Amino acid sequence: MALVLENIALSVGGVVHLHPTSLSLARGSLTVLLGPTLSGKTTLLRLMAGLDRPDAGRVLLDGVDVTAMPVRRRRVAMVYQQFINYPTLSVFENIASPLRVAGLSRGAIVDKVKTAARLLRLEPFLDRTPRELSGGQQQRTAIARALVKDADLVLMDEPLANLDYKLREEMREELPRVFEASGAVFVYASTEPAEALMFGGGVATMHQGQVTQLGPASEVYRQPLDLVTAGAFSDPPINQFAAIKANGAIRLATGEDLEASSLPPLPDGPLTLAARAHEIRLEAVPGAVALAGRVRVAEISGSESFVHVTFPDGRDRVVQVPGVHRHEPDSHILVWLDPRRLFAFGADGRLLVAPSAAARGAG
Amino acid sequence: MRGMTGGRWVLGLYLLFLLLPTYWLVAMSFKTNAEITTGLTLWPHSPTLANYKRIFTDASWYSGYINSLKFVTVNVLLSLGFALPAAYAFSRYRFLGDKHLFFWLLTNRMAPPAVFALPFFQLYSAVGLFDTPWAVALAHCLFNVPLAVWILEGFMSSVPKEIDETAALDGYSFPVFFVKIFCPLIANGIGVTAFFCFMFSWVELLLARTLTTVDAKPIVATMTRTVSAAGMDWGLLAAAGVLTIVPGAIVIWFVRNHIARGFALGRV
Repeated sequence: MALVLENIALSVGGVVHLHPTSLSLARGSLTVLLGPTLSGKTTLLRLMAGLDRPDAGRVLLDGVDVTAMPVRRRRVAMVYQQFINYPTLSVFENIASPLRVAGLSRGAIVDKVKTAARLLRLEPFLDRTPRELSGGQQQRTAIARALVKDADLVLMDEPLANLDYKLREEMREELPRVFEASGAVFVYASTEPAEALMFGGGVATMHQGQVTQLGPASEVYRQPLDLVTAGAFSDPPINQFAAIKANGAIRLATGEDLEASSLPPLPDGPLTLAARAHEIRLEAVPGAVALAGRVRVAEISGSESFVHVTFPDGRDRVVQVPGVHRHEPDSHILVWLDPRRLFAFGADGRLLVAPSAAARGAG
Repeated sequence: MRGMTGGRWVLGLYLLFLLLPTYWLVAMSFKTNAEITTGLTLWPHSPTLANYKRIFTDASWYSGYINSLKFVTVNVLLSLGFALPAAYAFSRYRFLGDKHLFFWLLTNRMAPPAVFALPFFQLYSAVGLFDTPWAVALAHCLFNVPLAVWILEGFMSSVPKEIDETAALDGYSFPVFFVKIFCPLIANGIGVTAFFCFMFSWVELLLARTLTTVDAKPIVATMTRTVSAAGMDWGLLAAAGVLTIVPGAIVIWFVRNHIARGFALGRV
């Protein structure tokens, strides 16, 4: 275990930024901190880096307590959401900066900077200043500086959030590959579930200053411990249906009934059933229940449509369907809910039932 | 088009109005006393360099410039030396009473120099600083350090603190970061600050005259003591005046781009 956080917590002016949190992250591992804005991702990253001191708890790096160690003595690299470079230095000097401080020889510095620049396709721009670069190039400069440093801990705070779509796609593929070889603990904060799944590493979902679940991304995605985690790991937000189970039937707040036998055994009482937007259908599926609603709005994004539907319980749900589909606002629509594809959460928000692999494979 | 022409006329007249005294000073400096006192001439009819020659050869005159430059330089260096770390602290850290302290600094500027002339005079006489460039330089710090802190803080706060953090992560020690990374980032601000400190210290008369007598007498003091037995030496005084404007003009020339950006940032 390379980075261990033991019950670290932080409050600023009476406001809790991070509840006591313990994590262990191995060397060579990639962990995505996944959560909405203000969920404490940046706070946690800054505590890991040592930019802020925790009120309580310890930070251990390779077994050594570094809680009180100043940032400059730790081997940590960080990339911010804003493009942070030294504006007065050339791109070459920006990348070389940590190496110069470390006192490497001129030849070694040139070698390392050139290698990093090649990897991040910055070679033509080494003589320019960051101001003369595009946003993507500026961020790649910051990433190159983090890369050459040979750090124990590489932290990235939504580094791709301010980049345009195409560049973001490219960098998402490159980043894990670039840092894989370094053997560092790699932590990446993001608001997008897609990034966590794409990187294929671990994920720590965050909600209101708490880590709600830590595990391999695909596992957390399939078996979220609670409703909050399922919510963080879903884009668009996971659709929720309040329900009550009694007498062998599950009555949804929207008015329809599900056969209790179509789901694994559940206790009687209030429940929350949940389904991600792409698990709900607009055409009949065998075994599915039809829910009647009205279209509020249909968004078409490229090759997919997001149909927002208002149900009799007054709440909206989103259906994601492949292809371009036009739906007039306020028109009646039937939405098909397949019980085998539903998550069920108890009244306390804990996961009771997750869809089985077989159900996800079907249809 | 007519409005345009009208606007130009107004601007032209205003410029003339601004430049007339300067022109008159320059013209006078090339005239003889006889020409100045006998009547109105728009330009020197018998131009002479005698006034300038006198200033550059007479020690009682040129030493005034040297003395002034000495304490002005010391003052600018001292002001920046104290204000840079102070402004950084105000810009980057929150501490008890920071806002009040920051405002209190500015109120120092509101006190007239005359208020402090007497205590400075007595204090410097007691510790043996009287009539040295240090006396004036230190006294001017009372006004220039708060101004410098105020201006620099604005520039520093426009630099994202993530740059400080990145430097710390890169392993820079604070002094190296401050000199090598941070100061170049606010070069404009340092230029503007140095300019304002220079100008205040260069033209300030009251403290400079009160705290010096012979050895450190600044040019502004020399100029106010030119009434001799033979009456006022007008041409000489005009030449001294021109030479007093020159350093300011040179400094403005060097920092003109910085000042434009400084004004754009709004703290000046």
